[in-house]
Amino acid sequence: MYKRSQILPLVFLAATLAGCSAAPDGTLINDPYEGANRRVHDFNTGLDKALLRPASEVTEALPDALTDRVVEFADNLALPGMVVNGLLQGDLEGAISNTFRFVLNTTIGLGGLFDPADEAGVYEKTTDFGQTLAVWGVPEGAYIVLPFLGPSTERDTAGLLVDFAFDPLQFLVPVEAQETQPYAFVGKKVISRGRFGSTVDSLLYESADPYAQARLLYLQNRRFDLGVSVDSSYMEGGADPYADPYADPYGDFVDPYEDF
Amino acid sequence: MTPAIRRRSFLLLTGAACLPGAAWALSGSEARSLVDLLVADINAVIASGKSEAEMIKDFEGIFDRYADVPIMARYALGADARSASAAQMKAFTEAFRTYISAKYGRRFREFIGGRIDVQGESAIPRGVQVETMANLRGQAPFRVDFHVSDASGKALFFNIIIEGIDMLLSERTEIGAMLDQRRGDLDRLITDLRAL
Repeated sequence: MYKRSQILPLVFLAATLAGCSAAPDGTLINDPYEGANRRVHDFNTGLDKALLRPASEVTEALPDALTDRVVEFADNLALPGMVVNGLLQGDLEGAISNTFRFVLNTTIGLGGLFDPADEAGVYEKTTDFGQTLAVWGVPEGAYIVLPFLGPSTERDTAGLLVDFAFDPLQFLVPVEAQETQPYAFVGKKVISRGRFGSTVDSLLYESADPYAQARLLYLQNRRFDLGVSVDSSYMEGGADPYADPYADPYGDFVDPYEDF
Repeated sequence: MTPAIRRRSFLLLTGAACLPGAAWALSGSEARSLVDLLVADINAVIASGKSEAEMIKDFEGIFDRYADVPIMARYALGADARSASAAQMKAFTEAFRTYISAKYGRRFREFIGGRIDVQGESAIPRGVQVETMANLRGQAPFRVDFHVSDASGKALFFNIIIEGIDMLLSERTEIGAMLDQRRGDLDRLITDLRAL
């Protein structure tokens, strides 16, 4: 898919990105590029309104039996990359279960169109190179909103580039199958937008500050996935960066129950 | 010493005197039984076969019964709660109650066709965290944690964490942004929240 000469600059870029703007530990939100990010967020919202949302209404009207095939096919193509990342992280168990999923779903699941592994209770251990970088100790970096792709961080953007450039899928399946990957990816994106339609709508179109909500949601959920401590503000004492007196709903300095 | 602390100490002392052997803090099993009831109610609504609109109405009622709304309202308002009058706080709390139960009641609709299972509980500084797994149709199971406290006088949940996403933090961000849009005018926010 890519020649080595094309890959090296990408890796260099990734390494540079991952290296910059380290935030102090435990900072909830590190968003020095907020102005630019907000413009990209608006662009993405425009895209959602014009294309993604209308398209998702079409896929949502289709039977699940059909759309499930697209989602499961796309998920299956992502598995080899997850296996490699699992190994790079020393997560042998995850790598093995994702390998099992890939083999089972590609064969019995007819090229990944079906997901017999899920039915057997072997779920995807979702991972990527952004997580690998996190395991290796690379700091999260600043929050970034990517055009088309949405919320990310500097570390996750670097991970995305590496995953894209080094996808082991190119060694495993014929070129024709590889070429379907972008379509499967976009298809899955549209279908997922339809399935979580009302939740996404309430975030993007009903919130007072959709940008701030999306940022908070992404960072918290991403840290949860990476296994970073996401203890709530009132759960930790002194080390808590976003603690202010009112961060503690049951602090002793105010007692909301006094009025009742 | 603030009146609140004094009152608490008093309660602590009388509590200890009246109920020898009884723990002052909320126990894990109490918190868990609250969430068991809550989850049973949610699952019952899901299985009721009512129309979606009726289910959302039922979910609103559930939220209202099991959530510690005053403390959530105060947290969501953040530092602005400091300058609010008692009357404003009362009005805001009631407006917030309507807003929050409608918003999350609607969100519970995603659970239609699914199931929630209580997994276990652990102590947190402000009460008990009850961990559950949500098994929704066509999705890998995901974690939903309820934070429970009895500071209101009875065991109620005051926060929900879905896959790391903290509901109280989201609402503080949201209420803060709404207040900014209204140039910090709390009375206008209260009026608008009621209408949402």
